[in-house]
Amino acid sequence: MTSRATSTATAAQEASASDPAGTSARRSSTRRAIGIGWPILASLAAFLLAWQAIVAIGGYPPFILPGPLTVAQRFVRAWGDGTMWPHFSTTLVEVLLGFAIGAALALVTGVMLARSRLAERLLSPYLVAAQATPVLALAPLIALWFGTGLPSKLVITTLIVFFPVAVATMVGLRSVDPRLLEMARSFRATSGQVIRRVEIPAALPAILGGMRVGITLAVIGAIIGEWAGGDQGLGVLINISRGSLFDIPLMFATLATLALLGVALYLVMVLIERRLVGDR
Amino acid sequence: MTAAPGSDPRFDASSLAPVLATTSPFVPGPGAGVRVDDVSLTFRGTRTVTALEGISLDIAPREVVALIGPNGCGKSTLLRVLAGLIATDRGSVAIDGRPVTGPDPAVGLVFQEPRLLAWRTVEQNVRFPMELAGWSAAREEARASDLLGLVGLREFARAKPSTLSGGTRQRVSIARALALEPAALLLDEPFSALDALTRERFNAELLNLWQRTGTTIVLVTHSIPEAVFLADRVVVLSPRPGRVVAEVRVDLPRPRRLADLDTASVSSIGAEIRAHLVDTTDDAIALAETRAALAAAVAGGRPPVAREETAPGTPAWFDPFRPEDDR
Repeated sequence: MTSRATSTATAAQEASASDPAGTSARRSSTRRAIGIGWPILASLAAFLLAWQAIVAIGGYPPFILPGPLTVAQRFVRAWGDGTMWPHFSTTLVEVLLGFAIGAALALVTGVMLARSRLAERLLSPYLVAAQATPVLALAPLIALWFGTGLPSKLVITTLIVFFPVAVATMVGLRSVDPRLLEMARSFRATSGQVIRRVEIPAALPAILGGMRVGITLAVIGAIIGEWAGGDQGLGVLINISRGSLFDIPLMFATLATLALLGVALYLVMVLIERRLVGDR
Repeated sequence: MTAAPGSDPRFDASSLAPVLATTSPFVPGPGAGVRVDDVSLTFRGTRTVTALEGISLDIAPREVVALIGPNGCGKSTLLRVLAGLIATDRGSVAIDGRPVTGPDPAVGLVFQEPRLLAWRTVEQNVRFPMELAGWSAAREEARASDLLGLVGLREFARAKPSTLSGGTRQRVSIARALALEPAALLLDEPFSALDALTRERFNAELLNLWQRTGTTIVLVTHSIPEAVFLADRVVVLSPRPGRVVAEVRVDLPRPRRLADLDTASVSSIGAEIRAHLVDTTDDAIALAETRAALAAAVAGGRPPVAREETAPGTPAWFDPFRPEDDR
């Protein structure tokens, strides 16, 4: 009892003594963040400067090529007065839902393709053909069948996400070391246990790689869907700002929003990947 | 890994006792008797290969048996038959009188490579068989802790396999094989990837482990000294198709020490084994080379390719024209 009390006391002392060390660790991690961050900031600054230079030298009017400052002002205003938000949230929902459905279907299909040569032979021609046909060309048909609401966007997004994730899953599962499977079998693993505890975890880096590609494609899918028909979303806003509003800075602000959305989603995928397979 | 107590390469097994004596829940078990009755096995694929032919063996509980033979003689195949991973064409295998029809809970298998799951910690790897068997978390935890103590890896419980040396990984895989308290431990050239000195040390550890767990051991090896040091009986197999050529008793007292390896009785037993290993005598090697050269000349300059190990999986792509796998 007494020994435990003393050990708690020492632990507390150590904790208080290590506090300054903790702050210095935090400071060094800030320094590391700056170390990683400065090339990104530098390239961004160079990009904006070049953009401004082109506008200034070419003397383009804002309805052809607005300068970065004009776009930034329009960007802030569009977000401030509530123009952007409803369109942004519509697109975000389409992207996330479409990606989730597409990736889930692709995962199941990928497992089937990896398991069965017959399934691969039956399905692969259609999968490849569906991928080779531009979704852009299919979009009007899909809008005709599914209307101009959320469902048609989800179909297009799902379609575009499906292929890379399905192929990555299949390739990932086929590449799992058969020696690991034999090991699992020697411990009487059922086929369900083999899939869940060996094959999927082993193939996870490949599957997540496919999902990284998929999430950026999902944004494209949502925009295509909105162009084919719809009354809200960033794709719609691009059309409105070019057509009825003739507000080109708003169009650029929307494009910037789209780019930021894509980058953010990609980074989230990278973080998930790092969390799941980081320290193998 | 090579930091053996002292730097004497011939250090003996008893000096490992402090490492291994951290826990004592391991009461030596009775071990399992293994009976192999007239087993034959032929692989039919693009090329028909008879791997085993009329093999009979009777292994007593707690016996240590080493299977030795030239490359491709079916040693590893026989071990997989015992483990229930490969079905026989003819004959039967029984463990403690029960016929083997699939992987048996009374058998633990250690492969040539550690075959650990890279995304799991050492402890989680050891718990893998218990998870498959549906143990409770508390029971898994207690058993894993005992096993890691047994192989001296308690402090590595949370390490990932990629941070460990080859020998340490193989220790983890031995602990994993012992997870479900098997009555028989089958080892397929378990230390062949280790350097010679580390390998001797691991052999000593294995004997110590055998004394503490009381399992029957069947071991495939390429090394005559290893076979003699570990086994009560060395079974010599012929080149393909594998048949039992000889069974050599090793009547060395136990506990054995690595220093025993250098005694005259060991080398005379080793010489007896070598005499039975038909293609490892100098004459046989010369003959085999001549034969291979002749065969190559007949086949149009293409030397025959012998493959025993299965290659790791190759990445696949959509390819409907790929021929069926012939396994």
